[in-house]
Amino acid sequence: MAFRQYKLGTVGVGLMLGLSMTITLMLPSFDFRSAESTWVGLDKALSNGRLIGFSYEDPLVRGANKPITVILKEDPKTGATIDPPIRAYVYKPGTPFASPINHPDNLGPTVKSLGVERGKIDQAAKASGAVFTIEYADVNGQEWAYPVNATAVKGWSPDAALATAGDQNSRYVGRGKTVYITEGCWWCHTLLPEQTQDWQVFGAPPYLGDFNGEMPTAFGSDRKAPDILHVASRNSSREWMMMHFFNPRLVQPNSIMPRFDYLWGRVDVDGNKIDFKKWRAEYDEYRRGLRSHPPEVPEYARDTEIRALIDWVLTSLK
Amino acid sequence: MLFKFLFAKNEDIPPGSAAVFFGFSSILWFIIGTGLGSFNAAKLAFPDFATGVELFAFGHMRQVHVLAVILGWISMAFAMTMMYMTPSLGNTKLWSEKLGLWTAFNWNIGLSLGLILLWMGITSGREYSDLIWPIDLVVVFGVLVPLGINVWMTIAHRRTQGIYITNWFFGSCIFFVIMVFLVGQSAEMFNLTGLTEAYLTFWFAHNVLGLWITPVAAAIAYYTIPKLTGNPLYSHRIGHLHFWSIIAFYSTPAAHHLMSTPLPEWLKSFASVEGVLILIPAVAFVANILLTMKGRWSMFVENIEIKFSVTGVLLAIPLNMQGGFQQTRAINWYIHGTGWIVAHAHLALLGMSTALEIAAVYFGLQQMLRRKLYSLALANFHFWFFIIGFCIYWISMTIAGLIQGAGKIYEVPYIDVVIAEHPYMIARWVGGSMVFTGNMVWLYNMYMTAREGTVVPKGRYAHELAYER
Repeated sequence: MAFRQYKLGTVGVGLMLGLSMTITLMLPSFDFRSAESTWVGLDKALSNGRLIGFSYEDPLVRGANKPITVILKEDPKTGATIDPPIRAYVYKPGTPFASPINHPDNLGPTVKSLGVERGKIDQAAKASGAVFTIEYADVNGQEWAYPVNATAVKGWSPDAALATAGDQNSRYVGRGKTVYITEGCWWCHTLLPEQTQDWQVFGAPPYLGDFNGEMPTAFGSDRKAPDILHVASRNSSREWMMMHFFNPRLVQPNSIMPRFDYLWGRVDVDGNKIDFKKWRAEYDEYRRGLRSHPPEVPEYARDTEIRALIDWVLTSLK
Repeated sequence: MLFKFLFAKNEDIPPGSAAVFFGFSSILWFIIGTGLGSFNAAKLAFPDFATGVELFAFGHMRQVHVLAVILGWISMAFAMTMMYMTPSLGNTKLWSEKLGLWTAFNWNIGLSLGLILLWMGITSGREYSDLIWPIDLVVVFGVLVPLGINVWMTIAHRRTQGIYITNWFFGSCIFFVIMVFLVGQSAEMFNLTGLTEAYLTFWFAHNVLGLWITPVAAAIAYYTIPKLTGNPLYSHRIGHLHFWSIIAFYSTPAAHHLMSTPLPEWLKSFASVEGVLILIPAVAFVANILLTMKGRWSMFVENIEIKFSVTGVLLAIPLNMQGGFQQTRAINWYIHGTGWIVAHAHLALLGMSTALEIAAVYFGLQQMLRRKLYSLALANFHFWFFIIGFCIYWISMTIAGLIQGAGKIYEVPYIDVVIAEHPYMIARWVGGSMVFTGNMVWLYNMYMTAREGTVVPKGRYAHELAYER
């Protein structure tokens, strides 16, 4: 008898936790599995790459090995005009593919079959790289967005797509989302307008399929700043973003956002060293009323973290 | 001084060494954690404070504060209490002091490494699961599993017939937290994405609080209150009601953290109902402990450990009343994502849980060192700085949260909410800094206890002796 309660109790604890995990993990997994990806979900997954945060391809979380997002106005192979221009996600050889390309089940059943049958996404190979686009198809009277492996379908090579596009301001979307995660922007800004309010100011809440293949989702739980899921629809000025990131008090005197001037790196776009000390001294003079206008914000160099971050904000957060 | 025992024979290590190592480590992490919290609060109140340096950026430090207090202070204080309460309740010795010392050593090294990486921005970007998965594996297999083996083996080798409620909690909660870590971090290890990832993040976040931080803290009170007052626990049966209802109800409401996301509606409703049922274990726990105090309420004034313990139990009342109802759809609509939640989280971790652990660490260190507390005056200073600082923080953040909630549903321009919150941000910084100050005094007090406290004679408890200072 001495050990009876001990054994029964231990088994009971295990069984109860098992039941709890069945209800809270296994049952919802059926719902998650049937979620069909939307255009937003595809766009996020394809522009972010395999995952954001610590990973084999990006161990220091600096945004390495991310796909490049471009807007194509002409066909990289034939040179024919594309109207309206389309978004393409260029994976150079060796760049790991987005999760839904590796695991098409993440797309949901309908989008998966479209992506595999029409989009040929299962034919993409990491070693030779690929270009992906998003197209629409009608299935049973409903419009579905699905991923297309343009390398297999249209013969677009990654190099040709990049050469056709040039250095556009959408280039570093995946790297920009990485900066969002590492700099902890999501400790204050949320990416989740709430379902019953927030419509007027922050826009529509996300739909069920808006997250398929996204990692991490980084909704944010502690809103100390505006929701930014649709910020680029409210304010698409690169100039404003630049000033706001360098010192938020330049454009919003009551903001409590930290300055992100360190994302500029050492030099500006012309290769001149940025003198942060001088800038701050002049800004303090401006604050004390000794100057009529604040010092000029330096134009960032083209491969800096701030450029990547603004690329992501203005391209993805629409 | 304790490092020399790492390579000693288990029999040569004095009993209580592991508890002492864990105890001082936990206080140190508490100081680090609250110091970071105070620094972060200063940045929210004065945004140009320590600005323009990546390493002092708010977004690099916020998660370090959270994990330093959860994994450093609270979890190590738990380990400390397990190292002395489990054997004491089984009328036996700790299964292996050496394993305990190694666990404490690994824990400090692993956590320091993880937090440094996190501070540098090497993160998984998932709230509460911010540590990268290799560090998570260190936490599970280098820390939690050895801790569990020690506790389970000590319970198995007990020399009492029954198992006291505290040990039921200890043994089960270590198993739960191991499972919760492995399942919660599987999203990173296997690249699970989308809503699965979001849900697993909060499944982890909910269960690490609901199956580890609050129940183990409650288990500690089941030990300290009867031990210090000399009264038997009011009802072991009500204690079991608490234990089993925690497992049945509180392992399930993870989805109530994501009420405004497109999760399945049935899951949200289920989670919400289960969340209200937290009131059953909560009422059982609070009633049981307060009834145990019967006839000994003078100790609430006179005895520092009882003062902290009962404060923690009393804070469990608002904690569970808030927790039970704030996740229902109607109330969640108003306060989701506001400072109210921050206040509630601090009520759970800094209020209820921490107060109970402080008491257990005070008591345990005196018992294990066989030294009477160095100074009651400093301990009272610690108590009042802790409770006043906490209340300032809690009240100011609750008010800030209500302002934010109103701003949210009436769609006030966000910047006006920021302006309205400013005084409360300063108050939060003042409150947090008071807790931090109290903790530094505590560390000094415990250090002096180890060095100069009156030696407790064999067969006596420290709290039976009169203070000499």
